[in-house]
Amino acid sequence: MKPPPFSYHDPRTVADAVGLLGSLENAKLLAGGQSLMPMLNMRYVLPDHIIDLNRVDGLSYVRANNGALEIGAMTRQRDIEFSDLVRERCPLMHEAIRQVGHRQTRNRGTLGGSLCHLDPSAELVSIAAAVDAKVTVTGKNGDRSIDFSAFPVAYMTPALEPDEVLTGATFPCWPAGHGYAFVEFARRHGDFAIVSAAVLIEEKADKVTRASVTLSGMGPAPVRASEVERALVGEVIEEKRMREICETLRKLEAIDDIHAPASYRQQLATVLPRRALLKAHERIAEGARP
Amino acid sequence: MSDTRKITVTVNGTRYEETVPVRVTLADFIRHQLHLTGTHLGCEHGVCGACTILLDGRSARSCLMLAVQADGHEILTVEGIAPDAETLHPLQEAFRDNHGLQCGFCTPGILTTLIEFLRDNPDPTEEEVRIGISGNLCRCTGYQNIVIAALDAAKRLRADDGRRTTDDR
Repeated sequence: MKPPPFSYHDPRTVADAVGLLGSLENAKLLAGGQSLMPMLNMRYVLPDHIIDLNRVDGLSYVRANNGALEIGAMTRQRDIEFSDLVRERCPLMHEAIRQVGHRQTRNRGTLGGSLCHLDPSAELVSIAAAVDAKVTVTGKNGDRSIDFSAFPVAYMTPALEPDEVLTGATFPCWPAGHGYAFVEFARRHGDFAIVSAAVLIEEKADKVTRASVTLSGMGPAPVRASEVERALVGEVIEEKRMREICETLRKLEAIDDIHAPASYRQQLATVLPRRALLKAHERIAEGARP
Repeated sequence: MSDTRKITVTVNGTRYEETVPVRVTLADFIRHQLHLTGTHLGCEHGVCGACTILLDGRSARSCLMLAVQADGHEILTVEGIAPDAETLHPLQEAFRDNHGLQCGFCTPGILTTLIEFLRDNPDPTEEEVRIGISGNLCRCTGYQNIVIAALDAAKRLRADDGRRTTDDR
């Protein structure tokens, strides 16, 4: 349980990190280390070079810009958890991040690390899918922006070129007064969820005008339940109707693994979004009360 | 393998200048090079929490960091919690008095975790304590006495703070 031998590089700028990534063979970027370090310790990965981003300047920030939150790749999950801006502008992310690992791992784990590691049930990956985030990546030809829906290309594989570094992500904010809920099912607190549901809704005169429903843990990447999102528009959120609408999610494809069979995930896919929708609706009602 | 770096770290108030192989974890550096064996290694892949230390005041798993990454930083290990060799920290007293440990293997990680937790949340509920230590595995106690000890420690630390504030006046 010791990391294999490698050479260590700790660049101070993104340009240097990109340069190293482009010139070194078999190099791996090290962000918060909460996934890569266990993989090194268990020798699941055998890189010849580790490029540590922890001393790169300017990658840790949370700021509001143009109706969206911009978050730097090396922002610690703990700083997102305690950010007033995140709590006010993207309460869904605030709720979800408290379920990411444990305090000790959130103190080190980063936004960029989580998005690039791309675990199928990672909470931040789910939020990025739910709000249609965009990620910014920097390569030798400069910056480019990628829609998050196109970011996962396969199981735990992001759409990054070999010499590209993810430097930040932009999360569009929903208007004040929207409803939100993040509900996950995990065996133990802090474990990766078997299935999670992230829900955002807007209502006018009690009727849904816009909805985002995201399921994670079903397959290699989060799934947006677009049929359900469309079906919700014009509906009044109440238990019985939500049960009918969410029942359609049982037909989603799901993976079988040691944690749960596909049928169990499909069952959760009908239950968790319903609970999340009811909670989101309740929150709108609470906010509207004088 | 031959790659090494010179680092300067402050551990429990003592400054160390050491040369480390770059692939050595912070946990192994603390144990094997600084000979501070209070930091325990259970799983070595970030699950058990036994190796928890405070890095610049924030809890972290020392098996998931490289020693080179600690260059220029301050570390607190379980050896640095007590005010001196004769006196226990109120948290340690509470663990002793409430039988908050049996074999003691997980205790260093639980104590360091709770130092940060009780600093941020001096008056926690039982539920909050349970979530606070959810990243630390204990295979003996069933956690009951750990939770009782943590709540008792919170009370002692609040009383201590109260006394200090009153004395200051």
